[in-house]
Amino acid sequence: MAHYDAIIIGGGHNGLVSAAVLAKAGRKVLVLERRHVLGGAAVTEEIYPGFKYSVCSYVVSLLRPEIIRELQLPRFGLEILPLDCSFLPLPDGRSLARWGDAERTRAEVSKFSARDAERASQFGHAMVRMGQLVRPILKMVPPSPGSMNPSQLLDLLQLGRRFQGLGPEGLALATKMMTMSAADFLDEWFESEALKAPMSVSGIIGTFQGVRSPGTAYVLLHHYMGEIDGAYRSWGFAKGGTGAISNAIADSARHFGAEIRTEAPIGRVRIEGGKATGVILENGDEIAANVVVSGVDPHRTFLGLVGEEHLDPDLVKRIRRFKMRGSSGKVNLALDRAPSFTCRPGDGPHIRGDIAIAPSIDYLERAYDQAKYGEFSTRPYLNVVIPSLTDPSVAPPGKHVMSCFVQYAPYRIKEGPEHWPEKREAFGDTVVDTLEEYIPDIRDIILHRQVLSPWDLEQEFGLTEGNIFHGELSLEQLFFLRPTADWSRYRTPVRHLWMCGSGTHPGGGIMGAPGWLAAREMLRAGGV
Amino acid sequence: MSRHSPFHERTAALCTSYRWKEWAGYHAVCSYDTSVEREYFAFRHAAGLLDASPLIKYDVRGPDAAAYLSRLSVRRIDKLAVGRVVYCCWVDDRGHVIDDGTIARLDEDAYRVTTGEPELWWLEQNRRGYDVSVEETTHRYGVLALQGPSSGAILSAVTGTDLTGLRYFGLTSARLADRDVLVSRTGYTGDLGYEVWVEAEHALPVWDTLMTEGRAYGIVPAGLDALDVTRIEAGYLLLGIDYKSAPRCLIDAQKSSPYEIGLGWMVQLDREPFIGQAALRAEKERGSEWALVGLDVSWTALEALYERHGLPPSLATHAWRTAAPLYDGKRQIGQATSGTWSPTLKRNLALATVRRGYDRVGTRIEIETTVEYRRHTIPATVVDRPFFDPERRRS
Repeated sequence: MAHYDAIIIGGGHNGLVSAAVLAKAGRKVLVLERRHVLGGAAVTEEIYPGFKYSVCSYVVSLLRPEIIRELQLPRFGLEILPLDCSFLPLPDGRSLARWGDAERTRAEVSKFSARDAERASQFGHAMVRMGQLVRPILKMVPPSPGSMNPSQLLDLLQLGRRFQGLGPEGLALATKMMTMSAADFLDEWFESEALKAPMSVSGIIGTFQGVRSPGTAYVLLHHYMGEIDGAYRSWGFAKGGTGAISNAIADSARHFGAEIRTEAPIGRVRIEGGKATGVILENGDEIAANVVVSGVDPHRTFLGLVGEEHLDPDLVKRIRRFKMRGSSGKVNLALDRAPSFTCRPGDGPHIRGDIAIAPSIDYLERAYDQAKYGEFSTRPYLNVVIPSLTDPSVAPPGKHVMSCFVQYAPYRIKEGPEHWPEKREAFGDTVVDTLEEYIPDIRDIILHRQVLSPWDLEQEFGLTEGNIFHGELSLEQLFFLRPTADWSRYRTPVRHLWMCGSGTHPGGGIMGAPGWLAAREMLRAGGV
Repeated sequence: MSRHSPFHERTAALCTSYRWKEWAGYHAVCSYDTSVEREYFAFRHAAGLLDASPLIKYDVRGPDAAAYLSRLSVRRIDKLAVGRVVYCCWVDDRGHVIDDGTIARLDEDAYRVTTGEPELWWLEQNRRGYDVSVEETTHRYGVLALQGPSSGAILSAVTGTDLTGLRYFGLTSARLADRDVLVSRTGYTGDLGYEVWVEAEHALPVWDTLMTEGRAYGIVPAGLDALDVTRIEAGYLLLGIDYKSAPRCLIDAQKSSPYEIGLGWMVQLDREPFIGQAALRAEKERGSEWALVGLDVSWTALEALYERHGLPPSLATHAWRTAAPLYDGKRQIGQATSGTWSPTLKRNLALATVRRGYDRVGTRIEIETTVEYRRHTIPATVVDRPFFDPERRRS
């Protein structure tokens, strides 16, 4: 029987990063992916001939530069094109484009508020300071707060020092960030809705909360970090779609000797004497390994692959409470030509970045109101990108792919999640109706439409309740609480079973950091 | 006062940043936008269109042209086939590099030479005894560099000819916008790319056609700042920055041989006499004092350095060309002459000249860097050039 040093469950981008890191360190690694393609939610598929959809995740957020360098990803085809503009069309014919170039942004914002235009740079500075605080956390294996282990104590001490170094003003700001809602926090800085609304949505993406829900301000910072990263800033499109990232990581992993199998669904983690000793595939095959590493979400890992019988009931309870609650869907469109917005026509650089349908804070909160009571928003928040304008390789010449991230689409609709398939097309219509208010001829140029509800995300991609981040990125589920206190250091109560997915610190998005940190922690701990 | 390129009407209208600089007596766009990113990424992901008309051009004609150019160049030119281009450098009697550029064989007895600086004096000086004419044709042609992965598709579409078969360093004539043009598979970005040569009076329709038809392929007009980032990623030298032209140096220490600037591979010693042959042979035997290398400057160290000052790491968004000293401990062992943050590789790159013995790949040295007005050194490693070398460049 084959024996590996490590088996990685799931060929998502984090699993592949872990595989590459372990393989590079000389370990014999096997990755098992259920689907026919690698990448998990970071996948490119040609659903409609000639058009390559980034089916689920559509932008690279904070893919760590050290991962890109160490795994030599550019050599394996990774190319990231930064987003230069965030565009907000408004129904009243006005619009706001925020650019990489601060002066240009200032000129645009001052059309709405001269005061806000000036405040923007101060806000930027404040975020840089806060980013300084958070940046090291993203690179760190979370220390357990109660730990007496010297290296963890040192980490905690250094964190404490950072907070202390902020001074009273900085501490006040940090506290506000961690407690306020995104809308309230932005109210302290800005007056114009056109600025606040599209900024506030960063606080709610992938969560089942509204822009006025307390705690959402903190997530703004995560978003902002991508923008202030300056030279190594990493918000962008991957050339060839997000699947190209996964493929580059997979090729790197193979280069270092990892073996990768697709269409190899796993039934159970094989547990003997409280220890993980390998996996049992759905077809009954057993594969042995020194360690098993799960890249799938905590629910699926513990309640599915491990099974409650191997777990402490208290942990089961905590995992059940770990909030998945998918709140978003995805609509991918193939377009006959570039769309033209009424408020700012043409296919200029303003639509080459991301486009937000988020005209006001009230609009966003109303969208959330419907979701609270089990309906999808009839006028949802949309985050739209048209990657083919920047990367012509994903569509035939002159034609385009348009990706619409749609929030809110609650997993638990009032009829029950299993009724999503009946509602899917109506949900898709809502998105097109919304777009039509800004792009009147959108219907005429749609060649193909793919609609994914949270139910579809769960069925097809294995994301429990359709949560795109393997669990909400809310404060109580981050850092040493991700996925639960005590098991935030990539380990699990089952010996030799590790976690490396977005359900672990520092969370979701195409960041690669969980996979990277997990693999390095395994190597440090030994046994693999 | 600088001249206008034949494309000036178009480039000036698009240059919203008003950022220009002088290039060989011409106005040239640094970047059309205030930010260089969009243009850089066009080169790497779609296609960037750069006005390269200021490139200094000489047409060399006559029955002795091949022999003449072979005598002038460190590599053989007489074997160059019609429809081929070669990258080359020229040295003086003492083997010091005067300039580098390309030589294209247009016809049986006709060549086009491009140089970084005006070198007519030198071409004329060495013409005696050869039946050739040398004529500067810089102003007669407009040149557009179309570089990037979709450049081949665009040119094929606008010329109605499948140019994807044109080999690396190949040259062909084509029709574009009902005008005769020359297309060469050459460039300075280290990517798939072409240069289009057109008589100046036909320049504008060629530009217009490329821009209109190229739209569907993501064409973006690009300036010299973006080019500078790509050429460093490709590990290409820039005359006047990474090495100096010998006749323009005041002291010998400023001069370099081809071996010292990483162009030793092109020197063909064993053949008919050529200018600099003896000196180069002697240098090859005794070994060179200096070597040109690629450096990977540690990002982790830079980040830590900024962190010590309580700052997030920051780097210029443009390539730099203010030389920085290199050290082995306290001993200065060379200088980095230009460098850039590579947005594609996420690495901090530099081209450097180092003393013999420090040029092996993997050698660790230190580079001076300034944070908050204070001087520090951080580690850098000698790495292979080109830093970035996509298959499509040659395929």
